[in-house]
Amino acid sequence: MPTVTTLHEAIATHVRDGDSVCLEGFTHLIPFAAGHEVIRQGRRGLTLIRMTPDLIYDQMIGAGCATKLIFSWGGNPGVGSLHRFRDAVENGWPHPLEIEEHSHAAMANAYWAGAAGLPLAVLKGYLGSGLPEVNDNIRFIDDPFTGERLAAVPAIRPDVTVIHAQRADRHGNVLIEGIVGVQKEAALAAKRAVVVTVEEIVDDLSASSYNSVILPSWAVDSIVEAPGGAHPSYAHGYYTRDNAYYSEWDAISRQRDGFEAWLEDTVGVAAP
Amino acid sequence: MTLQYTPEEMMVVTASRQPGNDDVCFVGIGTPSAACNLARLTHAPDITLIYESGTIGARPEVLPLSIGDPELCETALTTVPVAEMFQYWLQAGRISIGFLAAAQIDRFANINTTVIGDYNQPKVRLPGAGGAPEIASHCGEILVIMPHSTRSLVPEVDFITSFGFGHGGNERADIGLTTKGPTLVITDLCLMRPDPETKELTVESLHPGVSREMVIDATGWTPIFADDLAETPPPTSEELAALRDLNERTARAHSRVGGHQ
Repeated sequence: MPTVTTLHEAIATHVRDGDSVCLEGFTHLIPFAAGHEVIRQGRRGLTLIRMTPDLIYDQMIGAGCATKLIFSWGGNPGVGSLHRFRDAVENGWPHPLEIEEHSHAAMANAYWAGAAGLPLAVLKGYLGSGLPEVNDNIRFIDDPFTGERLAAVPAIRPDVTVIHAQRADRHGNVLIEGIVGVQKEAALAAKRAVVVTVEEIVDDLSASSYNSVILPSWAVDSIVEAPGGAHPSYAHGYYTRDNAYYSEWDAISRQRDGFEAWLEDTVGVAAP
Repeated sequence: MTLQYTPEEMMVVTASRQPGNDDVCFVGIGTPSAACNLARLTHAPDITLIYESGTIGARPEVLPLSIGDPELCETALTTVPVAEMFQYWLQAGRISIGFLAAAQIDRFANINTTVIGDYNQPKVRLPGAGGAPEIASHCGEILVIMPHSTRSLVPEVDFITSFGFGHGGNERADIGLTTKGPTLVITDLCLMRPDPETKELTVESLHPGVSREMVIDATGWTPIFADDLAETPPPTSEELAALRDLNERTARAHSRVGGHQ
């Protein structure tokens, strides 16, 4: 059974300097509160893994937490660039950022393989794309049965996965509804720990279907009640996506001083 | 009276006419999403729209800002995990049309959404691939929608994120791709289609009021024009009204701050 604890305690216990960390949530249920706690605790040297870095990794990269990013689409959805990500890649600020770049199909397959205990994922992918030339973790293999050439990528096995979900019950079972993304796969792919923040802890999960996406308590290490913990993304059934905030982030993050002011005001830490 | 409309409206309306009622479309965010939903609201009410967040058969009332807005999930027939989306639905060949936007496209319809300049020392770091490389290879055909400029239509892309026709000819089949690839590029000036033999993008239709010179000036290579160059039909009043309603509803919805449901 997982420990029900505070956000501070969960991050302090499970996320260490130099870890590979995955904070997933495909547009929906992005664990912003947990990401901000990682920033507050001053973690350094992290390998951050996410299909869409989104604002949360823009913030963590700008705050100096990361030395490597594994990703497949690094924009501000519907708005434009992630300026802190770009500043790190283009100018090395605040640290140089190594990138390992994939397609969505490859990352989704790599999470799936990680959850399934496989060492690699195989897909029909990357044909004609330049990505295999710049990423040594994209290779090609021949199907031993038909000889078909297929792309292969290593399974994703983060040290720690952090996700946000709608609810957990008092035993620590977790319910995820709506756009479920790759959260279940990312959680089950974790090598050392799974931290789940939730909107609320309830007596009964009230799952709406026999086939609801549920993480059993014994697959989770820490549960944290963090209402609003996915804002400015959203928690379906609780609050909607704050699209205006995503637009405002463009101006907040465009210049380093604007970002540093945000970091102090919102997260409560000094600039890196 | 002649209808007034913007080049962007012309582009989106023209794009909306391409997919049919029976098509299953993998929809990119932005103008592809606008075009596909306009198709659904006008001539193709039963079109299946799929977004890579896992929503199958989405019927959003307003255009989503992101690929995973709640509106998509709430109006969809079903929402599947992202790995399933890419494995069962895209990779297995169940999608007829992929509708993409591009930062850069070249003479042979290769698409770049990765970097401007050198990969390791980029002048501009773009968002990257997302679903595009596999959308471009697994959908039956690809429609590309993008504003026309010398910065975006270039002789050769700096980086091939998503393969079109390589250097032209049969290169697509030679590397093992069995789908058609990009069949139409819709810009705010014209329609371009790959030549059946060489696969070079060829101007087949100019939008009303657009001259050959305007297209030549806005294209990064010297474009070929089809022998039977046509004029694209202008938007109808019904199409324009539907698009403007959609855009107005969308702007209203997105200016609202997220709140409790």
